[in-house]
Amino acid sequence: MKVLFQPRVLVLISFVLIWQVLAWWLQSRYLPTPSAVLLTLWEQILAGDLFTHLSATLGRVIASFSLAMLIGVGIGILMGSRAHWNEWLDTLVIIGLNIPALVTIILCYIWLGLGETAAILAVAINKIPMVVVTLREGARAIDKDLLQVAQVYRLSSLQRFWRVYWPQLYPYLFAAARNGLALIWKIVLVVELLGRSNGIGFQLGNYFHYFDIKGILAYTFAFVTLILMLEALFLRPLEKRLNRWRE
Amino acid sequence: MNFLQVELRDKTFANGVQTVRDVQFEVQAGEFVALVGPSGTGKTTLLNMIAGLETDFQGQIQAPRNALSYMFQEPRLMPWLSVENNIRLVLDAPPLQADSERFVRMNNLLQQLGLNEFRAAFPKQLSGGLKRRVALVRAFVTQPQLLLMDEPFQSLDEPTAQDLRQLLMQLWQSTRPTVLFVTHSLNEALQLADRILFFSSRPAQVILDYPVPLARPHSAITSDLQSLQNQLLQHYPQLLSGSLAKE
Repeated sequence: MKVLFQPRVLVLISFVLIWQVLAWWLQSRYLPTPSAVLLTLWEQILAGDLFTHLSATLGRVIASFSLAMLIGVGIGILMGSRAHWNEWLDTLVIIGLNIPALVTIILCYIWLGLGETAAILAVAINKIPMVVVTLREGARAIDKDLLQVAQVYRLSSLQRFWRVYWPQLYPYLFAAARNGLALIWKIVLVVELLGRSNGIGFQLGNYFHYFDIKGILAYTFAFVTLILMLEALFLRPLEKRLNRWRE
Repeated sequence: MNFLQVELRDKTFANGVQTVRDVQFEVQAGEFVALVGPSGTGKTTLLNMIAGLETDFQGQIQAPRNALSYMFQEPRLMPWLSVENNIRLVLDAPPLQADSERFVRMNNLLQQLGLNEFRAAFPKQLSGGLKRRVALVRAFVTQPQLLLMDEPFQSLDEPTAQDLRQLLMQLWQSTRPTVLFVTHSLNEALQLADRILFFSSRPAQVILDYPVPLARPHSAITSDLQSLQNQLLQHYPQLLSGSLAKE
């Protein structure tokens, strides 16, 4: 029972209670009760629709997240450790940071066609500049003293990178991954709304046509829960493990 | 053919400060040489040049760079690696077999320096003295021919520093690498070295090449050390400020 009295949980419970009371009182079809939303969610689970769309979206999130991290980390390290690369690429990064997500999405769809490649690429392009900026900071903060140790003791370049250089980037990698996950799934929904025929974004679009608030909230709830679980079950334990030495 | 040969004409930093001018000395294999001089005279720079960390200078240095260890002023352990993995890091190429001679050597050294119970500990959990011990193991485990030491016991309390000096002597006696030991303590130099090179203030030059007239172990009779130190300072009252002048 103690769990119920933690601030986090109390806020959540009061939020749902107020929502329920408000919905009863207003009796409007534009504000369904939490219980009605849960019922819709249950129906969608039983019909199998939820699983289809959820997995389609999750696949896109994972694909574009990995792509953005891979490219962003590479470019970020390059820019942070080599001044002339930074000079060449800095303007592009600033442009990339400022282009609206919608513009990238529309351009990708027009140039590459309404396909999966365009969708994933559009999301990744939106995220890459932010990863670059974070990792560039990380690469600039590398401790030169430790690299001297690596040099004096003649470590191989692989060892120098993975045992001496890479661990210093962990905090920056996690910052980029956290922000990345939060941003990417939102953009994926827009991409799906505009040009895919499955996924949560596509489904939300359908519900919007019929002003079906229950459906919209049910799908939102399902996906937010999934992202929170990804963070709690994967990202946070990994971070904790890699940060043991700081304790 | 000397084991280590240093012939430096000039080392000037980018900001115009000349740290070294016309420094020449030779060291025989197995010799323990202390470098003594006022702080900020470029003794660290000199060690960095010998280690190959600093390459922008005029002159020549002959040193066995592929069989060299360097103990820095700070222990410079990788904070994310356990004590054991910090040692393995400099031993690991090719990967360490449990029965290999290198592995046995690591175990013996950890045992000898009382670090066995700290094998799994991270550097952050160790005291300053223990961290120095780990750095000492790391320096000796590769069986260097040349060992560079840059005031390695400077920031420790005297009893701890004395323990470490004795450990260093034990380790040195058993494998006899050539040692260059930078310090600004005349007492420490007399206690450890076969020979002391006294340096002037900036730009650094060798002002006195002094063979220590004591039988080993030097620390056996502290009164000998003390009277030798007094003798030297009586003869050259400004020796430690980098001058042979009488007044």
